[in-house]
Amino acid sequence: MTTSLAMSGEKPEDGIRLTERQLRARRARSIAIAVSLGVLVILFYIVTLVKGPGVLNRPL
Amino acid sequence: MSAMLSRAEPSIASVGDYIELMKPRVMSLVVFTAFVGLMIAPVHLHPVIALTALICIAVGAGAAGALNMWYDADIDARMTRTAARPIPAGRVLPGEALAFGVTLAVFSVVVLGLLVNVTAAALLAVTIAFYIFVYTMWLKRSTPQNIVIGGAAGALPPMIGWAAATGSVGIEPVLLFLIIFFWTPPHFWALSLYRSADYARAGVPMLPVVAGLTETRRQILLYTLVLAPLGATPWLLGYTGRLYAIVALAAGAAMIALALRVRSEQHSHAASKQMFGFSILYLFVLFAMLLVDRASAAWFGHLAA
Repeated sequence: MTTSLAMSGEKPEDGIRLTERQLRARRARSIAIAVSLGVLVILFYIVTLVKGPGVLNRPL
Repeated sequence: MSAMLSRAEPSIASVGDYIELMKPRVMSLVVFTAFVGLMIAPVHLHPVIALTALICIAVGAGAAGALNMWYDADIDARMTRTAARPIPAGRVLPGEALAFGVTLAVFSVVVLGLLVNVTAAALLAVTIAFYIFVYTMWLKRSTPQNIVIGGAAGALPPMIGWAAATGSVGIEPVLLFLIIFFWTPPHFWALSLYRSADYARAGVPMLPVVAGLTETRRQILLYTLVLAPLGATPWLLGYTGRLYAIVALAAGAAMIALALRVRSEQHSHAASKQMFGFSILYLFVLFAMLLVDRASAAWFGHLAA
């Protein structure tokens, strides 16, 4: 969309203004995603310590 | 395209809505049965790997729940019990639920395969696929046997737990699979007896809607008569001690007594509601006793040594 706007020379719109409730909901979702990714990183780190460096090196 | 975007309302979905999409109550039973499968396996699994397996199974079950809610949003909107779910209530868009479910499904299977083992990951993938494609998309709207065959998806978690520990599948987890498989019809049909109007309005061919209340009560009794002795098979085959057998047989007898009460019920649904509630307790007690049995065997074995 950005490309097409730039190519056509149109002035970009102001965009959507989020309400207070939408901002709060988005912030909470962003935090939840960050926490989930953090847990995943920590999980991979700890499992690597538990299983050793050959964690992914095993027969199918 | 910009017109389409300007019409789209920014999401107001809370974190709680996404958790609700994962059906946490169903998830808790799935995690518990998987935990039992994992704990009774004859292989000791490192606690971190066991926890990883349980997290993956929980997330996989949540993914299946979210995808089920995405596909069944039209049905859910017509049923009192489910009308307040995030999608029919308008708090989560169907596309958001689909993306959420697919992401969780892929992550749970891949992480289980990478960090635990491929057998468990394959079983989890089969469970999610079976629940979505076979039960939700195919059977649920087309046959009164929907929850009988579809119940296989709910019965697989103990096998996934066992596979996470051993990398294979044995007779014990197959018994646990069979117990949950035969438990599912009396459990769900007891609920559908007093929700049949809801299911009829939504066009879901549940047994009471298609075959009537009397036939459903008869089928509940038949399945319970199979379930009660089946619950004791882990003891009959020598996998557990006598304490498990006593509890399993007593709980099975209580299930049969309730099924008989449901069978003779005519105008009220008191016995059906009681049976639905007790069936959850029945499964919980049976699986908890397997844990107790294994723990006591390990304890006495330790004392003897």
